[in-house]
Amino acid sequence: MNSIQKNRLKDQLFKIWGIACTLFGLVLLTVFIGDILIDGIRRIDWAFITDLPSRKAEKSGIYTALMGSIWILILTTIISFPIGVAAGVYLEEYSKKNRLSALLEINISNLAGVPSIIYGLLGLEVFVRIMSLGASVLAGALTLSLLILPIIIVATREAIKAVPKSIRDASYALGASKWQTIWNQVLPASGGGILTGVILALSRAVGETAPLIVVGALAYVPFAPSNPMDEFSVLPIQIFNWISRPQHGFIENAAAAIIILLLITFVMNGIAVYFRNKWQKKWK
Amino acid sequence: MRKIKELVIEKSLLSSALVTIAVTFGIISVLAIEAFRFFSEVSIFDFFTDTQWTPLFTDKHYGILPLLSGTLLTSFIAISVALPVGLTISIYLSEYAPRSFRKTIKPLLELLAAVPTVVYGFFALIVVTPFLQQFIPGLSGFNSLSAGIVMGIMIIPFVSSISEDALHAVPKDLKEASYGMGATKLQTAFKVVVPAASSGIIVSIILAISRAIGETMIVAIAAGQQPRLTLDPTVPVETITAFIVQVSLGDVQHGSIEYRTIFAAGITLFVFTFLLNTLSYRIRKKYQEKYE
Amino acid sequence: MEITMTKVKDKKSIDLDKVEQQSSTDGAKIAIKDVKVWYGDFMAIKGIDMNIKPNTVTAFIGPSGCGKSTFLRLFNRMNDYVDGFKMEGKIKLNGTNIYKKKVNVEELRKEVGMVFQKPNPFPKSIFENVAYGLKIQGIKDKKFINERVEKALKQADLWDEVKDNLKKSALALSGGQQQRLCIARTLAVEPSIILMDEPTSALDPISTAKIEDLIFELKEKYTIVIVTHNMQQASRISDYTAFFYLGELIEFDKTKTIFTNPEKQQTENYITGRFG
Repeated sequence: MNSIQKNRLKDQLFKIWGIACTLFGLVLLTVFIGDILIDGIRRIDWAFITDLPSRKAEKSGIYTALMGSIWILILTTIISFPIGVAAGVYLEEYSKKNRLSALLEINISNLAGVPSIIYGLLGLEVFVRIMSLGASVLAGALTLSLLILPIIIVATREAIKAVPKSIRDASYALGASKWQTIWNQVLPASGGGILTGVILALSRAVGETAPLIVVGALAYVPFAPSNPMDEFSVLPIQIFNWISRPQHGFIENAAAAIIILLLITFVMNGIAVYFRNKWQKKWK
Repeated sequence: MRKIKELVIEKSLLSSALVTIAVTFGIISVLAIEAFRFFSEVSIFDFFTDTQWTPLFTDKHYGILPLLSGTLLTSFIAISVALPVGLTISIYLSEYAPRSFRKTIKPLLELLAAVPTVVYGFFALIVVTPFLQQFIPGLSGFNSLSAGIVMGIMIIPFVSSISEDALHAVPKDLKEASYGMGATKLQTAFKVVVPAASSGIIVSIILAISRAIGETMIVAIAAGQQPRLTLDPTVPVETITAFIVQVSLGDVQHGSIEYRTIFAAGITLFVFTFLLNTLSYRIRKKYQEKYE
Repeated sequence: MEITMTKVKDKKSIDLDKVEQQSSTDGAKIAIKDVKVWYGDFMAIKGIDMNIKPNTVTAFIGPSGCGKSTFLRLFNRMNDYVDGFKMEGKIKLNGTNIYKKKVNVEELRKEVGMVFQKPNPFPKSIFENVAYGLKIQGIKDKKFINERVEKALKQADLWDEVKDNLKKSALALSGGQQQRLCIARTLAVEPSIILMDEPTSALDPISTAKIEDLIFELKEKYTIVIVTHNMQQASRISDYTAFFYLGELIEFDKTKTIFTNPEKQQTENYITGRFG
């Protein structure tokens, strides 16, 4: 075998290795989801969704945790969406190249890399203690809002960047002010992209466990929250709690709850991808 | 009138952007104040040299080393999985795979990072550990090996997608020059494309490490809650993040020394990830300039 | 269209027969037969026959988008990496069809070197650039590599300018020097054919003149095919010229004939600058 044939062989071997690596994670994920379905699908029925948690595995349901997750989702959207989009618009459309904008930029990039549990410590001290919100849904939602703020800001900036300059020029040429141009042209044009980013960020928030544990969300809550100051649990914490119990029945519960959580996550991701594709087609 | 309206809008947008500065300021001051109170009771020398971490026992020791070693051990295992696999994927997707394949596979790979971490924790504890116990008889029910491997799977997309972007940004004519001289795709990838994209690849690795160090639920569920200074991947350990979860789940009095330990642990974690993130930001800025 | 094509074919085969009788007895270095190329649904090359003689310079001219670059890149199978690329017909190099399944593309590219439009040195040292082709073949003999690098740099007329700074980054060279480095890099592998895709389009007039001189010298040992948008350049350096238009070969003849007495009206219009 001469050196060229050898190089060719190596090339082919690497190609096979490349395909194997690409499929490695996905195959494992599939195996795992399959395993979870086997463990948990029989446990899912209407009662599982509407039952309150209980000491007995077979009587336990996810009602309070699911309601907690929905509360968290809604409040987090209300808080993080306007702030994140506004910050993104400011950075992309208003901020001039100066020290403040450089500081904002490096700061946001850093925040995106801060571990989620650190946000939990921030929420515990600021929202729970100093603002005395207690371990409430509101404290949890505020904490998660700060956590996903960098994701929303970055997505907003990317989406705004993709709007062609010609659209802005056309609007300015007709005598529109800067804000009129942004409100009437830039934001509608970048809406799909912003929406994609926001949904992805929210799907991350729904799956977060650690910061909410630190803030003081409970594993066992007898009632679903009825106002923002109520105590709460969320699906991931309910799952975590069930995983840590030794009895097999709870493992089955955990698997069933994971199916519901994954369903929510994947549906949100699917919607985000759908918006992204629809929006990209508009511009390309 | 219109001018005033415009100005008000601009200022309110600016204040939204300034929220992010307030968040950073909040994180640093909260951690610093509580950690300062902690270190007024515990000597900082003991904190870094004591080899035991037992704040919840009667015989209290406050040595961060066991938690640090647990964190680094699980992260090291995770990176050993994610780095070779993620890098191979990025090279395969950018240099070999047909475009249509790349387009379908990328969102699927990103799904790996979208799965909630508590789900991965379940996977590590209920599936991976029993599976590995068939081959490693001494493997404990809680161990850093399964937690690390599963965490590695989770961070594969962090490595692969940022690296692939960097590989993709390498000018096409460099690749063609190499092909034109009879180089195979593999030779071109490793001798020309990867070196040219090295800063982007390094950024992806740093971010992956930072992500692994800060990961909480997988290790809290599958690696155990026994702080122990060891490099043995088969025994239970506790990471910094898992310790914070452990304390938060219990009933700890605000203002007590136990309460403050989580901030002392938190600031250690924050300093690590902050340094890594800043480093990656610097490299990324430098490398953007190179290509623009 | 069909009729014109046949005519061109007939005309050419007659001409080439003549040429063959006049010159040496060995046949065409590159023989192209009925080659068609598609990118997806778009037909980029619409059936071309051509014979390229050894140790000559052949220039491809034509307006942009006429397929001349695509055609050139067929000879070292560089189009293989383009999405949707499909090809029919035969291209024979020294009598072997290079599009046969068994053909080793890497081996082929050792034989057929290529110089690109923009100088594209690797971000490595000058020495490493020239040695690259040898190293990827697995050659480790340092002395041999040193000799080859020196020889190639001398052939590319760059040696005197860089011999003291071989370790310097290739990116520090001027554009013209970079392009000569890329030529040296190609020569180091000792190909027999060199393809050049508008090699001087990114260069200043002085650097261009240097490269043209170089092409003239290299002709003795190599077969050179060059795509150029510069008609003066084609007339200055080439022995044969091929005029392409909309994926077809309109006319192929001795350069002198093409530029003084072209057969086709289209060719004349193009070289006199009436379109393009």
